[in-house]
Amino acid sequence: MRHLLSISDLNKSDAILILDTATELARVSDGQVKKLPTLRGRTIVNLFAEDSTRTRISFEAAAKRLSADVINFSAKGSSISKGESLKDTAMTLQAMGADAVVIRHSASGAPQRLADSQWMTGSVINAGDGTHEHPSQALLDAFTIRKHLGKGGADLAGLKVAIVGDVLHSRVARSNVLLLNLLGAHVTLVAPPTLLPVGVESWPAKVSYDLDEVISQVDAVMMLRVQQERMNDLFFPNAREYSRYFGLNSQRLAMMQPHAIIMHPGPMNRGLEIAAEVADSARSVIVEQVANGVSIRMAILYVLLAGAPLEAGSN
Amino acid sequence: MSIALSASDISRALTRISHEIVEKNQGAENITLLGIPTRGAHLAIRVAQTISTIESREIQAGMLDITMHRDDLRMRPLRAIMSTTIPSVGIEGRDVVLIDDVLYSGRTIRAALDALGELGRPRSVQLAVLVDRGHRQLPIRADFVGKNLPTSSNQSVRVHLVEIDGADEVLIEGEG
Amino acid sequence: MSTTTFVLKGGTLVDGSISDILIDGGVITRIEKSLTDEHATVIDATDSIVLPGLVDLHTHLRQPGREDAETVASASRAGAKGGFTALSAMANTSPVADNAGVVEQVYRLGQEAGLLDVFPIGAVTEGLKGETLSEIGAMADSIARVRVFSDDGMCVFDPLVMRRALEYIKKFDGVIAQHAQEPRLTIGSQMNEGEMSARLGLRGWPAIAEEAIIARDVLLTDHVQSRLHVCHVTTAGGVEIIRWAKARGINVSAEVTPHHLLLTDDLASSYDPIFKVNPPLRTEKDVHALREALADGTIDIVATDHAPHTMESKECEWQEASFGMLGLETAISIVQKTMVDNGLLTWQGVAERMSHSPARIGGYEHQGQKISVGSVANVTLINPLKSWTVDRDLVQSRSRNTPFHGYVLPGVVTHTFYKGKLTLENGVNV
Repeated sequence: MRHLLSISDLNKSDAILILDTATELARVSDGQVKKLPTLRGRTIVNLFAEDSTRTRISFEAAAKRLSADVINFSAKGSSISKGESLKDTAMTLQAMGADAVVIRHSASGAPQRLADSQWMTGSVINAGDGTHEHPSQALLDAFTIRKHLGKGGADLAGLKVAIVGDVLHSRVARSNVLLLNLLGAHVTLVAPPTLLPVGVESWPAKVSYDLDEVISQVDAVMMLRVQQERMNDLFFPNAREYSRYFGLNSQRLAMMQPHAIIMHPGPMNRGLEIAAEVADSARSVIVEQVANGVSIRMAILYVLLAGAPLEAGSN
Repeated sequence: MSIALSASDISRALTRISHEIVEKNQGAENITLLGIPTRGAHLAIRVAQTISTIESREIQAGMLDITMHRDDLRMRPLRAIMSTTIPSVGIEGRDVVLIDDVLYSGRTIRAALDALGELGRPRSVQLAVLVDRGHRQLPIRADFVGKNLPTSSNQSVRVHLVEIDGADEVLIEGEG
Repeated sequence: MSTTTFVLKGGTLVDGSISDILIDGGVITRIEKSLTDEHATVIDATDSIVLPGLVDLHTHLRQPGREDAETVASASRAGAKGGFTALSAMANTSPVADNAGVVEQVYRLGQEAGLLDVFPIGAVTEGLKGETLSEIGAMADSIARVRVFSDDGMCVFDPLVMRRALEYIKKFDGVIAQHAQEPRLTIGSQMNEGEMSARLGLRGWPAIAEEAIIARDVLLTDHVQSRLHVCHVTTAGGVEIIRWAKARGINVSAEVTPHHLLLTDDLASSYDPIFKVNPPLRTEKDVHALREALADGTIDIVATDHAPHTMESKECEWQEASFGMLGLETAISIVQKTMVDNGLLTWQGVAERMSHSPARIGGYEHQGQKISVGSVANVTLINPLKSWTVDRDLVQSRSRNTPFHGYVLPGVVTHTFYKGKLTLENGVNV
């Protein structure tokens, strides 16, 4: 593997290798060891053309724990959203000898443009692109689910997961549907019809408009953030009505199976898609997701960068 | 290809090493056995069982993955990380005995010492190997050796163990 | 060229017959089995099809305003290379061609280049804003004699504005060429809405956004008894509506681009904006419907929607990139590949759809005439037995944004005559 652009770049054994590697690395993080020499001398650039402090910090911590040199290239507000600049930036990174670029970008496909272009030769890691994918988030979610519900297996065979909310605009949902399916879980998307993409029927997931019907069936429920800008864009009448049908509140929490867990990629809108008491309940693994993010990102960096370099163009 | 050690050779060597470890450390009170995956981990379990018999009490073996500390990661295809498990007695202030199948350049042991150093501060670190084939590139020696096998560097030494390979034997491949 | 007299030897006419053709003084003067003329330059047309000069009803020549992407002169060379003898220049230049001044400027630039006729299209509304009618009469009566009016790039969305425009152009025997795109359904749209857009996370562009406008406009056209031309139809549903309208006797014509006859939306999975175009590439099902419609005449013509863009507006993220593709130099080859080689269309059909009909719809004098004695000598020779490899670095256009780079295409245009003058000789621009 040379790049991580989409979950569709992974086969099942790749995905399990990353999860297993993260499992071992998590022990390292749990113990007193905070730093490994594995990527000493390698340069990793965090190219964040869109604001995301938590993802950037998570990748930065992961790279530093593996002793890589980290360069943060925050380009918010600069001209990087303009095309020529992406090319120029890439060529700059190439000149700096970046071994890997972790890219967050508001344009879907921007990481693939970097990877496919001749502008640079390093590995490209998609840290969230537009409304396309967010593969490291899906991997950390799968890692979290496996840890809690995995019954010792390497995959997630037979587990039922609901992904609830703004699927249309969610890169987290796209990556999660692909990865959970790859690992044998059964996914149900729950959303108002306005927030499901045309073409969703081709996804390996069931679709429901009724959270109450789904909530009692699942082993894990993953709540998606509702962006403020959707509020006035005709997707639903108002926040109150959205909450009533698609919010995770105490009543719905009570309907869940005793072992079922609650997830959210953050940042949360407390009181909108998730009630505060639910987010802070014992069933919530939301804080743990953040911690697991570092282990997963260490694993991704290890898998992409630790072995012998691949020939250009191979993946 | 020739057989350098048979199953009974291996068994005798491990028994002798076990006795030597106990003897050198004046018992097994303070030792912590750590095998280096993959085959070293299985050898460590066998040594632990033998020492348990000698000492008439349960001695555990752990394993120490050294992948993240290797200096040759970039020269080989990606290696999967193995587990590190430390016996409940821990390593702090203990006499740690590292166990591996073949001692060659010494780089694996160098990585193991680094990995160990990250986990704590043993009182001493000793090294037991089934086969020492020479050609050291670092100032490292074994405290306990099952068999010294003079080889040339274009030969390869293959250790097979029942737990993984279905049979116990050590083979030398290639012209000497 | 010093001579103005040519004998085309042994070419195949669109009816399948083989004849020699004498061009003299800008006119076809003789068509006979075996011709000799001692003053004439002899051109071997063996294996070649003799087509009337191709007419493109839909191009963007970028002049005035974006001469870094294309000029009337560079597009004229590209046109000659592709076998065209007339181009219609869309109005979305800077300044917009919404007045007699700009259309006359573009017309004169075409005359100066002298490689083909450039017929400016006038904007329907001032500044393409869709609010008030532009000076349609002034443009119609200018030396450019504008007959086709279009806000292409923008849809004349307001139904009242569209109605008034359709009515007003009747005085000038004009036609409204509508870019059918419901704007509210396509805010921020990036590609065809469907399985691919769902997977790629690119904002969808529903087929219905095109079909709804086509449906409205054919009904308006019927109601006010005017004439409508639908630009670049891309959807199976749009084809159905046009078929229905024609059956009702509504005066509507339609065009399809070469790229929509061949390419599909799955190409977007590369995120390479070379495949980003307005209207977007659609599905396999749509491509087949478009080919059938072009074959049965529901769609009247092929028009390229030639849209040059500089590299920096394509070498970037998909959503930042400009819409559009080059078309002039590959059009006839794509049509041969998608329509002729599979038997959907004869060369006679190609002549109708790429020369006679576009000239008729545009009201273009001296263009689209049959290859017969007395016709203006706008003639294109294409050798359908040869193939060629598209190389974006070798195009005549100032821009390089062809989606067909590296394609091996059938049909080599060897000669183009514009009013009896060679503009392309043995595949080389004159």
